[in-house]
Amino acid sequence: MPITRDEVAHLARLSRLALTDEELDHFAAQLEVIISAVARVQEVTAEGIPPTSHAVPLTNVFRPDVVVPPLGAAAALAAAPAVEEQRFRVPRILTEG
Amino acid sequence: MSETMAELVGFDEAIARYDPLIGLETHVELGTVSKMFCGCPTGFGAEPNTQVCPVCLGLPGSLPVVNAAAIESTIRIGLALNCSIAGWCRFARKNYFYPDMPKDFQISQYDEPLCTDGWLDVTVHPEGAPPSQLRVEIERVHMEEDTGKSLHKGGATGRIHGADYSLVDYNRAGIPLVEIVTKPIAGTGSLAPAAARAYVTELRDLLRSLGVSDVRMEEGSLRCDVNTSLAPRGSGSWGTRTETKNVNSLRSVERAVRYEIERQAAVLDAGRRIVLETRHFHEDSGTTTAGRSKEEAQDYRYFPEPDLVPIAPSPDWVAELRAALPELPAARHARLQSEWGLSDLDMAALGNAGALDLVAQTVSAGAAPAEARKWWLGELRQRANTEGIELTALAVTPAQVARVSELVASGGLNDKLARQVLDAVLAGQGSPDEVIAARGLAVVSDDSALLAAVDEAIAANPKVAEKIRGGKTAAAGVLLGAVMTTTRGQADAARVRELILERLGQH
Ligand SMILES: [Zn+2]
Repeated sequence: MPITRDEVAHLARLSRLALTDEELDHFAAQLEVIISAVARVQEVTAEGIPPTSHAVPLTNVFRPDVVVPPLGAAAALAAAPAVEEQRFRVPRILTEG
Repeated sequence: MSETMAELVGFDEAIARYDPLIGLETHVELGTVSKMFCGCPTGFGAEPNTQVCPVCLGLPGSLPVVNAAAIESTIRIGLALNCSIAGWCRFARKNYFYPDMPKDFQISQYDEPLCTDGWLDVTVHPEGAPPSQLRVEIERVHMEEDTGKSLHKGGATGRIHGADYSLVDYNRAGIPLVEIVTKPIAGTGSLAPAAARAYVTELRDLLRSLGVSDVRMEEGSLRCDVNTSLAPRGSGSWGTRTETKNVNSLRSVERAVRYEIERQAAVLDAGRRIVLETRHFHEDSGTTTAGRSKEEAQDYRYFPEPDLVPIAPSPDWVAELRAALPELPAARHARLQSEWGLSDLDMAALGNAGALDLVAQTVSAGAAPAEARKWWLGELRQRANTEGIELTALAVTPAQVARVSELVASGGLNDKLARQVLDAVLAGQGSPDEVIAARGLAVVSDDSALLAAVDEAIAANPKVAEKIRGGKTAAAGVLLGAVMTTTRGQADAARVRELILERLGQH
């Protein structure tokens, strides 16, 4: 399954990564190798085996609706790069335009 | 960023040329005491970032665990909405860059919702027209987690546009959220705005009766997105839809649909096209303005959540939850209507006055349905209107109204005294019996006491008495008035009249 340069550019944009033209070519080639390696799984005869999203065959792992003491604001905000009004301060969300 | 005032077409004119198609996406915060995937508390209004932990902050190494009560509530909602409950389904990651989720993704459900294909019957109450029934098809009911709340700083209006930076509080992040999505609702024509409102009202009442959420629109525990599109009348070819967000009251749901119909009709009339976009509703002006454009399809890269195992509700569990559902509002409404023998319009009047539950409780406390209805829709509604409050805020309980009604029925009070008793109860002077005892209020129907007053009145008005003896029984009103004065209004008027006529040989 060939990976196009456009697909890599799309993925980079979704991931907020700024890639140069050279990097796009470079990663497109690399990703193609990775994808084709993984694609070999499809050669295994797997008829009648449903696809899985989890390694452990468990369902319904629940916790009861019980409150556990939270961290506290000081600990919660301790590692934040910037704090204001006891809130996480984040850069401008929308770019102008 | 401001948008110039949109051009509108009058509503009737728009409906004459276009058929509206509406759809509603409702988000409900469940009333669990802890969050969806961690044990943090969920109380509203706590100090910022005091109800957070490594899981809901998305710290490395933390793992989510599903709250059993949230799954149970969602299945109950699905059952009450006549949905099929999935035998097996998974959570999915919805990836996006926006700081309201600290993980950079929201755990949601994508192509495997917990509940699908249901319906809700609603009664539409258009102004000045009889109520009509509408079956709203439900597409899906799925689980997700709520996001944090952002304060936008630096811009002129506190809006995200033009802000320099934002401040985020993650107390709300991770609160269990249920999204209920309708199928597109066609064929409502001019009733579209009222139909949208009726659906959200019925849904709110249903959720409240299930006890799964406090459904407070003003606090955001019930939030509504309204989709609207138009087709040239009779063509069936619907144009692009818009999605109006921030619709936070029942009245706004109605206004938002109405406004979008008027705005889209003007755009289409001018030969332009509707843009697929999110629009924001403004409570103050009743208008919507353009938000995020959705022309470029969002790519959320959904994939099954690797940190959670699938949900597989057993048929036994679902059957148990179904059997334990309470009487739902529509069934209760129908039962009460038949028990009380009321017409659709009478029931609508009770509903509109917010008196249905009060009347039901008054009847349960022993009052006759007609009497209970008379007090709440008459005297008490007048008091509530005068004070500008809801009926439920009046300082009188259904049991107290039932007691007054019982005393009137047994002849212990007449209507006039009953009103005095209610006045005193409303003024905080105690229960009806306490007021009656304290003021010595009770209808005097003891003949010997009444006869003394009647004889006194006859003696004081000899000319009137003579007229009555001569057959002019209409003059008895004068003597009746005199008796009522001496008994301070506490006499049983019908009995007094009989006694006067008896005494003067007219019986
Ligand atoms: Zn938490």
